[in-house]
Amino acid sequence: MNRHLDLVIGALIAIMFATMLLVVFPYAQLADLKPPKGLKPYTEAQLRGRAVYIREGCLYCHSQQPRDPKQTPADMARGWGRPSVPADYVNDRPPLLGTMRTGPDLFNIGARQPSRDWHLVHLYQPRAVVPGSIMPAYPYLFRHAREGAPGQVEVNVPDKFRTTGAGSIVATRDALDLVEYLKGLDHTYPIRVEDAESDTTGAPK
Amino acid sequence: MTYIGVLLAITFVFSVAGLFVFVWTLSSKTPAEQQHDAEVIFQDVGQVEEPAGTTSQEAALQAHMTHSDTHPSPISAAELAALDRSSRVPFLAFLYGAMGWLIIGSIAGLIASLKLHFPDWLVEQPELTFGRIRTLHLNAVAYGWSAMAALALALWLFPRLLRTPLVGARFAVAGAAFWHMGLFLGITAVVLGWNGGMEWLEIPKPFTPLLVLGGALVGIPLVMTLVRRQVDHLYVSVWYLSAAVIWFPILYLIANLPGVHFGVQAALVNWWYGHNVLGYFVTPVAVGTAYYLIPKVLGTPIASYNLSLVGFWALALFYGQAGVHHLVGGPLPTWVVTVGVVASIMMAVPVIAFAVNHGLTMKNHWRALKHSPTLRFAVVGAVGYVGSSIEGCFEALRSVSTVMHFTHATVAHAHFGLYTFFSFIMFAGIYFAVPRVLEREWPYPKLIVWHFWLAFVGMLIYVIGLSIGGVLQGMAMVDEKRPFMESMLLTIPYLQSRSIGGGMMVLSHLVFVAHAVLLAFNRGPQRTGPALFHKAAA
Repeated sequence: MNRHLDLVIGALIAIMFATMLLVVFPYAQLADLKPPKGLKPYTEAQLRGRAVYIREGCLYCHSQQPRDPKQTPADMARGWGRPSVPADYVNDRPPLLGTMRTGPDLFNIGARQPSRDWHLVHLYQPRAVVPGSIMPAYPYLFRHAREGAPGQVEVNVPDKFRTTGAGSIVATRDALDLVEYLKGLDHTYPIRVEDAESDTTGAPK
Repeated sequence: MTYIGVLLAITFVFSVAGLFVFVWTLSSKTPAEQQHDAEVIFQDVGQVEEPAGTTSQEAALQAHMTHSDTHPSPISAAELAALDRSSRVPFLAFLYGAMGWLIIGSIAGLIASLKLHFPDWLVEQPELTFGRIRTLHLNAVAYGWSAMAALALALWLFPRLLRTPLVGARFAVAGAAFWHMGLFLGITAVVLGWNGGMEWLEIPKPFTPLLVLGGALVGIPLVMTLVRRQVDHLYVSVWYLSAAVIWFPILYLIANLPGVHFGVQAALVNWWYGHNVLGYFVTPVAVGTAYYLIPKVLGTPIASYNLSLVGFWALALFYGQAGVHHLVGGPLPTWVVTVGVVASIMMAVPVIAFAVNHGLTMKNHWRALKHSPTLRFAVVGAVGYVGSSIEGCFEALRSVSTVMHFTHATVAHAHFGLYTFFSFIMFAGIYFAVPRVLEREWPYPKLIVWHFWLAFVGMLIYVIGLSIGGVLQGMAMVDEKRPFMESMLLTIPYLQSRSIGGGMMVLSHLVFVAHAVLLAFNRGPQRTGPALFHKAAA
């Protein structure tokens, strides 16, 4: 018996089987998902901000997928929002579901914290607004200027948390874009029955 | 819903039927034939072999093992040395590259770990921010250290297992060059701010063809050697190693198809791939290596050769679907998650097969660990495989996942698997193989002891501490009466202990690599000539 052929064929069958189940079937099932009515397409600035989110690795500490209250009531109780459904992510390439919650879930951070200024201070120095936070500071998303100029967005950082003395702290475009993206993370719109069809939890339709 | 049920039923029937068919084909062999198959790896059955040990350690090992059944097998030490020489250049090219990535990757890991409890440390340079350093760590240890060490050992094992000199070694050397180039460019891109955006797939797509090409070029000599083999029987390690080499390029190619994957479907592909890098590449290489090393050092065939092959097919059938357990509770069709959970739990089958088999092989020989550095690393690795896999089965359960998912416990689990299991078996393989390939002994046996204990204790601190911290974090997170901040703050002592454990692991790697470099450049005391020959000549 030509055993190395058995081996190769067996190995190929195994991986084809896994690929059919986890890649091909879900592709077929999800390919014609329509965006929910309330889901707005990303703006240019939000897409640039999303790229900053990816570049700086935000997804290694923040998820974007609140769980169903039937699995754990905590996610919704914390104000993270309704359980997400596949249709919520149709505009996302790549998806940023995340697998860690070193920090909180951000699926609805835009609804929870709509203030641009809060986000800018928080990015410059998280501990200025959230004492005890272990999120890294991102001073490199800001510039120091002698004085603010028109059209620039100055950040009001408490003196204690400033890394330089005098002058203004000005947000770079990256910081502003990122905040645009975060503020746009608002999935509080209602979900139609057909969007929730493939809801993982089998929630009442 | 009916179609989901049918699908699940088909999955199950297919998997179980596959196993039965395989067991049936095995039963056509008599026990004596199976015994013969299991002995294919030995020079002399009943002769211990420990090239990483000192002469006295090896003598003690031989004295400890009282073999009832000893007989020579047809391959001589000189023939084996010739086989090792055939794979020498590509083996060393992959191996020393892997060591370089191990150092870079583990230092990056330590920096990332420290940053979690010193959040204002090294924040001025974008290249050093947590999100980039962590990604540097993951890619360097996964594609640099793990993949390259695995390929190095596969290149060394194939000629030995097939009793055929490696055919076309220069393809593998070219493969090493392409792999290095792709990885170096890819990781540099990530650090400079060009990230593919999915975990385990951060290397930007333009660089991935270099890795695919590198992998394919390694595949050529392995396949050619397999086809021209001079043994009748393919030892179980060959099954595991060949399957890994077949599986990885397919996985990587499908996951990186440009412009195909979208939304949650891409997330699914992400974890189908991310977990299969472990299940279909790293795990089979390490399991295959363990099936070679443990019996080889002891001079005793594996307890049940049949069981090892059953384990192989169970792994092939179940592991491929297990990855979805990373998305339990996520926004995906219910049936997909269920498939993932079922497959993850079924993974207990190959793992128990492995545990029983190696447990029986080691039975009455635990004291041999004292005499053999290779065995010490390999057995910790084997225990790590069983432990981390069984933990993985439980973590896939929805109730357990609810607490442990999204926490540092997952990170601890990943290190339990990739470090305690995989890396320890790679260390064992390297300690065994390099003296054979270079025909010199490790110059300072004490450094092997230091490496072992620093890595072992560091790993225990890392895995145990962070697992506890992660579970506590998860319990706080699902308790809506406790503020979210509590789940973050309570992890800090465990993050600190992780840095201590991680620091010890980094130190152990420095010892290990320095020792390997001394050996390569023939520095340090020469002990008893080429490692192989003080025993084989006897």
